[in-house]
Amino acid sequence: MLTSVLFYVFAFILVFSAISVVTAKNPVHAVLFLVLAFVTSSCLWLMLNVEFLALILIVVYVGAVMVLFLFVVMMLDIDVETMRKGFWKNLPLAIMLGIIVLVEMLVVLINKPMVINNIPDLANSSISNANQLGWVLYTQYSYPVELASLILLLGLVAAVALTLRKSEKNAKYQNISKQVAAKASERFEMLNMPSEREIIEEDPQEGDKK
Amino acid sequence: METLQQFLGNGLGYFVWKLIMAVAVVIPLTIFVAYVTFAERKILGYMHARLGANRVGPKGLLQPFADLLKFVFKELVMPTKASSGIFNFAPVVLLICAILVWAVMPFSPEMIFTHVNAGVLYVLAVSSLGVYGIVLAGWAGNSKYSFLGGVRATAQMISYELAMGFAIVGVLMVSGTLDLTEIVKGQSHGMLGGSILSWNWIPLFPLFLVYLISGIAETNRAPFDVCEGESEIVAGFFVEYSGTRFALFMLAEYLNMVLISALASLMFLGGWLSPFPASWGMVGSSGFAWLFVKVCLLLFGFIWYRATFPRYRYDQIMRLGWKVFIPVTLVWIFVLGAWMVSPLNIWN
Repeated sequence: MLTSVLFYVFAFILVFSAISVVTAKNPVHAVLFLVLAFVTSSCLWLMLNVEFLALILIVVYVGAVMVLFLFVVMMLDIDVETMRKGFWKNLPLAIMLGIIVLVEMLVVLINKPMVINNIPDLANSSISNANQLGWVLYTQYSYPVELASLILLLGLVAAVALTLRKSEKNAKYQNISKQVAAKASERFEMLNMPSEREIIEEDPQEGDKK
Repeated sequence: METLQQFLGNGLGYFVWKLIMAVAVVIPLTIFVAYVTFAERKILGYMHARLGANRVGPKGLLQPFADLLKFVFKELVMPTKASSGIFNFAPVVLLICAILVWAVMPFSPEMIFTHVNAGVLYVLAVSSLGVYGIVLAGWAGNSKYSFLGGVRATAQMISYELAMGFAIVGVLMVSGTLDLTEIVKGQSHGMLGGSILSWNWIPLFPLFLVYLISGIAETNRAPFDVCEGESEIVAGFFVEYSGTRFALFMLAEYLNMVLISALASLMFLGGWLSPFPASWGMVGSSGFAWLFVKVCLLLFGFIWYRATFPRYRYDQIMRLGWKVFIPVTLVWIFVLGAWMVSPLNIWN
């Protein structure tokens, strides 16, 4: 009873936020709605007792990917008016693409092989699902995992290569190894200053005379 | 809990019981945080060879409440072109995330709000949400200073989250569980039977150091506080905030400090375990008091570093995070893996 109420609440929030991502006028608000969508879908996963996947979704997507998204969107100076200019012109194309995606998803969802029949009873299993996932990923699917990690590594190297600034001849940048190699002794010198000589006390009577 | 359930029925009784527990966690925590701010002012004072706050109440002990009252009575200023909804929302997000994390924090084997078997992941997930409060605060104020502060904070927190995550991976490897209670229990046997020598901090020493330093960077404390670097960008992401909204930022910052200290003591310093062997009677018995002592020691460290180290330059912070900490943790994870499959394995 309670679970189905919770499910509908989460599902409603998820659908609402997903629609708002598209309809929000301010791009920052759109990103925030996307974050809400991720968090609610993670809540739905939690209701299926897959706490590992649910929490990893938050750590990876909400905690890292969406922050970078938000970062980029904030930096861009987006003028909403110019973005809306071609709305009516592009609408037919957009509707067509939307219908194609919808049909594809329906085909996948209705298709019998995609329906999972024997869902394991996760709530009552003695092994945590982080453990179970680990077993499957690193034994049965170890080659695909290795392959996926290689592809990710490739993406990483490519991203680093894009930021290499050696190609720009006139670019000015700090030579970090030179900076790190700098020693304190090159930057300042400790001088030994002899302290001031003691002030010779004047004769107080002499002062009085003045 | 049983009596409550008798009076209010099964579901409602459980709910009310959890509510009471939540209040019992949050209120002492808030008071503790208030006194951490007081301790910071006092300790910094003594380190600067001055007295520190000593006017309100005996020895200045009521100072945090005076601070709070002052925050409450200040005017709430809202910049003209600020995005008002998000402007109000940002500090609340930060504080909610800082408090939510405590739901899975075990204070002793019995004192725990909820027992989650992926506790460490929950902590990582919820604390990674806190960065939204900072980014949005930086953006919503419609000020260049606060925006720069927000950008700096985001880049820094994401970078150090990685190093921190890798440090935690080492702990998870040796304890073989994501449950914080089990992680502490795993440290209760080994050299000298659960004393200081059998805790994780010795075999995982590099990870412990990385975790502590990344923890300081995560909470944006000195010497990593460039995101509020007052000499460059006034006060960073909370320039535009005043009154109670500002108080929420401070509260969240100190809560996060306490959180990092508590996590470090649970994962590396044996949590509620006593540093002495169990055969020593009173001082050898474990309990909440030991966790409290460890958290206070680590918090003292936080304040001490603030008084000691000058602020890092931003590129140095990034270098430290990406080029020093992440390689160190990765290498140590490999070493740990080799250690665990070798006959010298000490975590059986």
